[in-house]
Amino acid sequence: MDSRALYQEMILEHNKKPRNWGMLADATHKAEGLNPLCGDHIHLSLKLNGDQVEAVGFEGEACAICKASASMMTAAVKGKSRADAELMVQEFRDMTTGKLDTAAPHHLGRLTVFAGVRDLPTRVKCAILPWHTLHSAFAGTDTASTE
Amino acid sequence: MSGRDPLLKPIDVAALRRDFPILDLKVKDKPLIFMDNAASSQMPRQVIERWVKYRSAQHANIHRAVHYLSETATAEYEAARRKVQAFLNAREERECVFTSGTTDGINLVAHGYGRKFFGAGDEIILTTLEHHSNIVPWQMVAEEKGAKIRVVPVNDRGELLVDEYRRLFNKNTKFVAMTHVSNALGTINPVKEMVAIAHEHGVPVLVDGAQAAPHLKVDVQDIGCDFYAFSGHKVCGPTGIGVLYGRAELLEKMQPFKGGGDMILSVTFEKTTYAPIPAKFEAGTPPIGEAITLGAALDYLTGIGLERIAAHETDLLDYATDRFNRLPGVRLIGTAEKKAAVLSFAVEGVHPHDVGSLLNDDGVAIRTGHHCAQPVMQRFKVPATCRASFAFYNTTDEVDALVASIGRVQKLFA
Repeated sequence: MDSRALYQEMILEHNKKPRNWGMLADATHKAEGLNPLCGDHIHLSLKLNGDQVEAVGFEGEACAICKASASMMTAAVKGKSRADAELMVQEFRDMTTGKLDTAAPHHLGRLTVFAGVRDLPTRVKCAILPWHTLHSAFAGTDTASTE
Repeated sequence: MSGRDPLLKPIDVAALRRDFPILDLKVKDKPLIFMDNAASSQMPRQVIERWVKYRSAQHANIHRAVHYLSETATAEYEAARRKVQAFLNAREERECVFTSGTTDGINLVAHGYGRKFFGAGDEIILTTLEHHSNIVPWQMVAEEKGAKIRVVPVNDRGELLVDEYRRLFNKNTKFVAMTHVSNALGTINPVKEMVAIAHEHGVPVLVDGAQAAPHLKVDVQDIGCDFYAFSGHKVCGPTGIGVLYGRAELLEKMQPFKGGGDMILSVTFEKTTYAPIPAKFEAGTPPIGEAITLGAALDYLTGIGLERIAAHETDLLDYATDRFNRLPGVRLIGTAEKKAAVLSFAVEGVHPHDVGSLLNDDGVAIRTGHHCAQPVMQRFKVPATCRASFAFYNTTDEVDALVASIGRVQKLFA
């Protein structure tokens, strides 16, 4: 597949104007994500209220796929319970590695715009990095790497 | 390049391209435009055929048995060493050690020389332009021995500051390791001048020639360096083979890097006597076919002429640099006066990784990332760059296609 097909309006728009940009001053959980081979590098901060993601913010230096994935992820998990957010992490990982049937019910919504990345093996890591980082933030491990 | 011989006959690129089967490949229904030659270059038919001939009619283990095939393989392997000697203009063939590549050659010197001769407080000089493979082996030895790494800085064009280099020397300086040509920026370093400065202080120098050997005429005696390493797969040869040139008197003083068969004179459980150089550094069965095929690759390049190759690539670089300078929103990183055919660049507002993926849609193969030269990226404050690196088989039409493809990326991200 052409990678151009992946660079849809929604991804380009989130890359240009990422949502929830900036680190939270009152974060309860933080993690850093790094793809050493391509240079994607993001920081993620969460504010959990009990079991609920009350606020989330990120910043960093990353390609359009990674940045848009992070932007859409932060918008999607805000207000969700930790368990629901972790379920999305699992589904997103399955989708980008071709293990999720996107025709069957799932919780990813518009995030299926990233489904095409499964045909671009060198870009899977870019799309997944924010999700690994979210998982690390929940788990309290500070650094996520897809290498 | 200035000072080019005006009588130098230009290469016939169209004819040479026909030697490379892979250049007929279509990627996404578009002709492959291969501009990742600094990572690895392609192999011409003549070299592929040499590999087939070896595998079809000449293979056996070398330096051992007395039968026909072993004698043939041994003779061809040693003939390849003489081709390497001629290619580098080494004084003696025993100064040319077959390795698995540049990285292996540098590690051989770091362990064989560094671990024997470095001590606490000693200093090793490296440069900002080094590939990780000419940093990490020295750090490993320095850590073990309590030695220190000193680094030669660069200016904003990506040129080494020779005066700063001169100031780094003191009584503790024990070694200099530097690249001939920067893999990330293309800068051609003044190695001859820098070797002379080191030698004024009695300090030996290793030159990493991985990026120079494919693009310019290398003469180790003229450079005056003590060690010179390069890789087969960047000079149209196979992977898994490389060369370390070392001055005989230094190679003889060094300890072996790996122990095993073929590197010994005699072995008892009490004591082993090592073989003379270069066998001392070629433990185990070497990549015989790869060495012989490398010999064919060097024949191929010298058959064209490294001066003519350099002239064509310089024309291509000048053409591409001019086109890039007129592209709005594109910045060249590394603008040294003396450069090999490498264009490192950034497209404003687009991450290099996105550029690389989208160029691939147009059949254009470039490298994106930190190019295993993170100190260079830090110096120029970029996380990564896009890098187009040319070989003699690239054309100005391909440069035009690269520029057009970059324009399409900019349009998509506008």
